[in-house]
Amino acid sequence: MKHLLGTKGMTREDAVLILDTAAQMAATQDREIRKLPTLRGKTVVNLFFEDSTRTRISFEAAAKRLSADVINFSAKGSSVSKGESLKDTALTLQAMGADAVVVRHWASGAAYQLAHGGWLHGSVLNAGDGTHEHPTQALLDAFTMRKHLMNTDGTGVDGKGLDGLRVAIVGDVLHSRVARSNMHLLTTLGASVALVAPPTLLPVGMDSWPVDVFHGLDDALDAQPIDAVMMLRVQRERMTGGGASFFPSPAEYTRMFGLDGQRMARLADNGIVMHPGPMNRGLEISAEAADSPRSVIVEQVANGVAVRMASLYLLLAGEEQS
Amino acid sequence: MSGAFVIAGAKINGEDVGTIAVRDGVLIDPTDAGTGATRIDADGLVLLPGLVDLHTHLREPGREDAETIESGSRAASRGGWVAVHAMANTNPVADTAGVVEQVWSRGQEIGLVDVFPVGAVTVGLKGERLSEMGAMAQSRARVRLFSDDGICVYDPVIMRRALEYVKTFDGAIVQHAQDLRLTEGSQMHEGDVSAELGLAGWPAVAEESIIARDVLLAGHVGSRVHIQHLSTAGSVDIVRWAKARGIQVTAEATPHHLLFTHEEARTYNPLFKVNPPLRTSEDVEAVREGLADGTIDIVATDHAPHASEDKDCEWAAASFGMLGLETALGVVQQVMVDSGRMTWKDVARVMSHTPARIGRVEASHGRLLTVGEPANLTLVDPASRWTVDPSALASRSHNTPYAGRELPGRAVATFLRGTPTHLDARFEGAFA
Repeated sequence: MKHLLGTKGMTREDAVLILDTAAQMAATQDREIRKLPTLRGKTVVNLFFEDSTRTRISFEAAAKRLSADVINFSAKGSSVSKGESLKDTALTLQAMGADAVVVRHWASGAAYQLAHGGWLHGSVLNAGDGTHEHPTQALLDAFTMRKHLMNTDGTGVDGKGLDGLRVAIVGDVLHSRVARSNMHLLTTLGASVALVAPPTLLPVGMDSWPVDVFHGLDDALDAQPIDAVMMLRVQRERMTGGGASFFPSPAEYTRMFGLDGQRMARLADNGIVMHPGPMNRGLEISAEAADSPRSVIVEQVANGVAVRMASLYLLLAGEEQS
Repeated sequence: MSGAFVIAGAKINGEDVGTIAVRDGVLIDPTDAGTGATRIDADGLVLLPGLVDLHTHLREPGREDAETIESGSRAASRGGWVAVHAMANTNPVADTAGVVEQVWSRGQEIGLVDVFPVGAVTVGLKGERLSEMGAMAQSRARVRLFSDDGICVYDPVIMRRALEYVKTFDGAIVQHAQDLRLTEGSQMHEGDVSAELGLAGWPAVAEESIIARDVLLAGHVGSRVHIQHLSTAGSVDIVRWAKARGIQVTAEATPHHLLFTHEEARTYNPLFKVNPPLRTSEDVEAVREGLADGTIDIVATDHAPHASEDKDCEWAAASFGMLGLETALGVVQQVMVDSGRMTWKDVARVMSHTPARIGRVEASHGRLLTVGEPANLTLVDPASRWTVDPSALASRSHNTPYAGRELPGRAVATFLRGTPTHLDARFEGAFA
């Protein structure tokens, strides 16, 4: 792998390799000394055009535990607001000798452009581009599901996919890079995916997506046992203000799509509750659901570091082997 | 250029091989040319009446870094055009007699093509109150077409009044059909590709609903409306329906909507970002069909130069638009002529005769190739193949989506009132 731009088109083989590698990385994190020498001498740049402290520190921790040098580059401006352009930023990073650029950007396609624009030679790792993809989030979600739900025969999960799992992704699919990346990856790994959202928050043109669609969380729970339910963050301001009218009111959204204790009780046995964070407690998820034993939300964060270590390792250490 | 010259061996309008002669800017009988006349060997070439573009952005005044009337005129003449209609979205906006006269006279001064300014419908393109269209019509620029191009005339009352008002001087309202509310923040065609790429969708209905409204309004008040850059199958259907009802509507297709689909957005290359956006293959097929059957009257370029910093950036941050003047003929040959859907005579109709008539410049442009007519001519080499090199184009900007692409059909000579405004190297000796 040269870049990690998205999960669309990722092979099952590559996806399982990342998950297996992440499991090895996670195992090293139980040791007394957690730092590995693997990427010593490599420079990883965290290039963030959009604020996301959580994602940035997750990548930073991952790179540092592999002994890479980390540079954080917060480019809050954009070519829209007359900041430095994407191209000039890329040329700067190239001149500084970045081996990998972890990029978070408000514009869909920015990671692809960085990788293919001819501006820099290092690996590009997409940490979320607009409403397009967020592949490491999907990988950490898959990692978490695999760990909890796929060790049914007690032989461990190495080499396994997510075959037979039923996953519901609930909320603003239209604007969600997490939903897109998860849909591609989970189906590649053999899970079946249900998207649960009001029609206003589903994109036109998704007819060929390999998913079931429900317009209410109860309908989805009625249709089949759900092994993992993933609640997406609802951006309250964006949804009802300024003539956007994606749904009538937060209260109505919560009634139809919110995960509360009652709905959580209808998940499959061992079913888990997930959320990419940050949560709106009381809107898309109740405190009871978020804090229940079924919730793996905090563990998702920890797994994020392992998955990002694996991704950086495969992009940067792999290139010398091949 | 008062010396006579003869063009021999070309297929006139792509039909019979013939000879034409020119003296003092006018077509004359070849037998009257005299023995001293310069002779141009045009074997294998196609002779067309000089091309007329109804939709050009020359960017002057205001964005001379992207294009000037001079560089745009040169690009036009190289592309086979003898007249272009310059859109009003300049800075200052072409919404007064002063600005349109300035643009018009600058075009005459350069002399490569006739530059006919299109006036703004509303002051400052703001859509709030009508500009002084009468003054522009009566100016030396003789403006007959009015458009807020780039922005839709959205208010139905303003649109109605504008349609009514231009009847005074046989004008037409040229509409950029785009429902503004349905396209806030839109980046590309709304469909399966936008859903996957996470780019905000520009739905076909946002174009079609405005066209439907405006053909009904034009019918109601008995005026002329010209619809720019039809891009959807539904738009073609609506225009076909309106024409069948006798409504005075004309419509244009751009070369890029005849060739490209929304799949081009998959590389996030902003060179393919254009407004209206590239659509589905079904839409492209419907636009081709509409052009072939006459529902769509003309091909117009929507030549839209942009400085490189406005394209060398994120898709969402990039400007809409692409170059078109130097590549239009090649695209039309490839898509419509080489496929057998249109003849060269049809090309003369959709790129010369009809646009001249819609623009009400038919007294001097889009004429037949007969004795006594002005010698506005385009010679095309249909057998040539050329690879588009952005840096070799005459335009001051380089934002062509055809970069690296091979096209047929290059204009090898262009004449404006008998004066060569563009000559391929093979002919340069003849006019030395």
